[in-house]
Amino acid sequence: MKPRTRWEAVCTVEDLVPESGIAVWTEDGPVAVFYLPHRLPALFAISHTDPFSGSNVLARGITGDLKGEPVVASPLYKQHFSLGTGVCLEDDTVRVKTYPVLLDGNQIRLEVRANQRQSVAA
Amino acid sequence: MSKKTLIVVGNGMVGHHFLEQFCASPAAADFEIIVFGEEKQLAYDRVHLSEYFGGSSHADLAMGTLEWYTEQGIQLHLNEQVTGINREHRTLETPRGSYRYDELVLATGSYPFVPPIKGNDRPHCLVYRTLDDLDAIRASSEGARTGVVVGGGLLGLEAANALKSLGLEAHVVEFAPRLMPVQLDTDGGALLRHKIEELGVQVHTEKATTAITEGEDARLCMNFSDESFLETDLIVFSAGIRPQDALARASGLEIGERGGIVIDNHCTTSDPHVHAIGECALWEQKIFGLVAPGYTMARTLSSALNGDRETAFTGADMSTKLKLLGVDVGSIGDAHAQTPGARNIRFNDEQAGHYRRMVISEDGKTLLGAILVGDNSHYDTLLQYALNGITLPENPETLILPESQGGAPALGPDALPETASICSCHNVTKGDIFGAIDAGCSDLGSVKAETKASTGCGGCTALLKNVVDSELEKRGVEVSKDLCEHFPYSRQELFHLVKVNGIRTFRTLISQHGKGHGCDICKPAVASILATCWNEHILATDHVPLQDTNDTFMANMQKNGTYSIVPRIPGGEITPDKLIVLGEVAKQYDLYTKITGGQRVDLFGATLSQLPEIWEKLIAAGFETGHAYGKSLRTVKSCVGNTWCRYGVQDSVGMAIRLEDRYKGLRAPHKVKMAVSGCTRECAEAQSKDFGVIATENGWNLYVCGNGGMRPRHADLFATDLSDEELIRTIDRVVMFYVRTADRLQRTSVWMENLEGGLEYLKQVVLEDSLGIGAELEEHMEGIVGTYQCEWKTAVEDPEKRKRFREFVNAPSQSDPVQEWTVERGQRRPVLESA
Repeated sequence: MKPRTRWEAVCTVEDLVPESGIAVWTEDGPVAVFYLPHRLPALFAISHTDPFSGSNVLARGITGDLKGEPVVASPLYKQHFSLGTGVCLEDDTVRVKTYPVLLDGNQIRLEVRANQRQSVAA
Repeated sequence: MSKKTLIVVGNGMVGHHFLEQFCASPAAADFEIIVFGEEKQLAYDRVHLSEYFGGSSHADLAMGTLEWYTEQGIQLHLNEQVTGINREHRTLETPRGSYRYDELVLATGSYPFVPPIKGNDRPHCLVYRTLDDLDAIRASSEGARTGVVVGGGLLGLEAANALKSLGLEAHVVEFAPRLMPVQLDTDGGALLRHKIEELGVQVHTEKATTAITEGEDARLCMNFSDESFLETDLIVFSAGIRPQDALARASGLEIGERGGIVIDNHCTTSDPHVHAIGECALWEQKIFGLVAPGYTMARTLSSALNGDRETAFTGADMSTKLKLLGVDVGSIGDAHAQTPGARNIRFNDEQAGHYRRMVISEDGKTLLGAILVGDNSHYDTLLQYALNGITLPENPETLILPESQGGAPALGPDALPETASICSCHNVTKGDIFGAIDAGCSDLGSVKAETKASTGCGGCTALLKNVVDSELEKRGVEVSKDLCEHFPYSRQELFHLVKVNGIRTFRTLISQHGKGHGCDICKPAVASILATCWNEHILATDHVPLQDTNDTFMANMQKNGTYSIVPRIPGGEITPDKLIVLGEVAKQYDLYTKITGGQRVDLFGATLSQLPEIWEKLIAAGFETGHAYGKSLRTVKSCVGNTWCRYGVQDSVGMAIRLEDRYKGLRAPHKVKMAVSGCTRECAEAQSKDFGVIATENGWNLYVCGNGGMRPRHADLFATDLSDEELIRTIDRVVMFYVRTADRLQRTSVWMENLEGGLEYLKQVVLEDSLGIGAELEEHMEGIVGTYQCEWKTAVEDPEKRKRFREFVNAPSQSDPVQEWTVERGQRRPVLESA
């Protein structure tokens, strides 16, 4: 059975920073949204939580590409995470959550799995 | 063809070294090898004998293993003394039998000389040479309180150390007027004596022992010719060595007048089938009582037995570097200036306890010898000058002066020729080390295993490491000079591309000169270059995504994702009102507060969204950003200077503030630290900074390229007695030259060490303007000073820039759930569980 999901509006295009990330709060917790205008797709969303430190900082990392793969470097201990798959390039047993993301008019929407506890009101 | 027989008599360090060399040579296949050792143990390291009382066992000191001897097919007869040689029949006798030889090697070493003193055969009169001797000393020390060593030479002091480590009150009795008379001169000997006495060893010089009698308070009494006496529980004779030549003498081999088996340049005795090496051998009337010449003889003989008549023993370098009772002592070459016309340069610092003497040739061009006491850090450099005949610098005294007084830094590994001998025990040259690296050695350990360098006396350990590190570093740099996969250029090359082509954005640079989209290596590096060249606000739209998080948010990220704030406090001078503001802000936001090493205040625990609010308050109170987050000038530390201090000779605080205001905000390849001290007492610790300024009566002395941190380095004196304006012009030039030519994340210390020509070259460029770029460097600096802005002031005034500081852009009231706190010593700190 497909889990219940919904497309949550998290911010507008004006909130994005080209070639960089911003953090948004979702039903699923903190998520980092990256806007890389020189690639297609240009939008990526992964968990904002750095799995190595447990701190919510990934949106504040430097973006780039390594061997063609779009990545963000954790600002704390500098591991690279694939923006496409969430896999850590230095340790492929570590992976951060990724979220489908789309542009809906001026709105950025993430597909988040409705969390049982937090979705009671929905 | 049946094999011939080679017999080696003696299994000490030199005998063992000979076997290692010979067994690895082609001739080994033609010989059965038999070895006789008088001692019970396999050859061991006599140089480090005193470590036996420090906890080392025979196994630790052993030179080889039984397995090795077995593998080589060597018949090893330990604890079997050779009693006679019949040269006519080529046989030798032991209590267990008779053995025939074709070639005989005598490596019988030496025995301790016991002066002919009445009573020297009493119980508790001992010698210091073998492990058995040490066991006897240990046994005698039971129930003993004091011990005397007769002989204040190298071995005597080693023996004194051994007595001391057995817990005895140790005395050294020396016949000559000073300690180590062979290696040291009067001043050096006096300093060594002083240092050793400080360590609790009592030294008695100019004492001739006439008789050893029974003691009253102790076991023995030593009676001296001046009618004085010394009571002691045990006596160790260590008054020199004598070649162990009894066997050779009895067999009718030619023996020197004062002992020693006479050998030629190929280590062969008067009998062509009998050879001698090591301390038992006499070459041109000389006995060599050190291990390195013995090793050289061993190698020479091995070559000769392989039919090589070219290799010859031509004497040996008797330079020594030791730590005696923890005191550094070094003696090189003609230490007593016996070469006709030789001249001396002496440096004697009784305060620090350092004595250094150089003996130089009449023309002042070559180093003939040297004496060092108290500090051997100059030894390697001096030895290289002496051994390789390297031409001395114009002011040779700089080689032994402390660096703060204009002394030159050590001769870097690059300055040595490839023929330079790095390890004289194993005759390993710099070229051999390169060869080992060529063959695939990629660290110090494998180079040591491959070349055996530094496995003898160990004196060259530091030098070897330098040579290996330097070469590996060089090769490492050669293979990847590229900044990263996006740019096939070094930082310096990128700097030129940016500057020459007027490139103002990362996007332009990567599209024209790189590939892909960049990464966390090249983006901040390029951001720094762009900032140095054009000095635009780091949060300008094009530059924001290039910055490390600390630069992006102009604060230092801590482990829980919060930030710390460091306002600029130029020179560490702050008014009470400003201090109160810091306290109030910290209190309001519950910020953990700590004083930094750079005389500022660090406020920890601010969330992203609090940063602009906090800075609004700080800016209103007159603070500026402190750039603690940037690769840029951090602080200019200062002492209080002549406005208050009774010793100060200049206004160090005033100068520190002036420097800090001038260079604040300049983006550099790495952080830059400065300090200004108001007098030579150096309370600001300027010599540990990238730029250190120390006041003199006449102005300022400038030191450059120092470093604290992981690899501390004292700054080098760069220019003296500068006026205020000269000082600033000089710093301008050095700073800009660094910023333009250094590699990414390269501190000034490493930058200068890697500049071809080092300090001297930098002086030429900056002080003599040898590249003709002085004016351009100053102009560039002026431009940056003129366009300075407080990044925080600009940011808080710009609503667009402030937007960047929202923690969650869609939920301003949402706090970060992982930021939990606890209180420790009255302040808040993070609790951080792994998620």
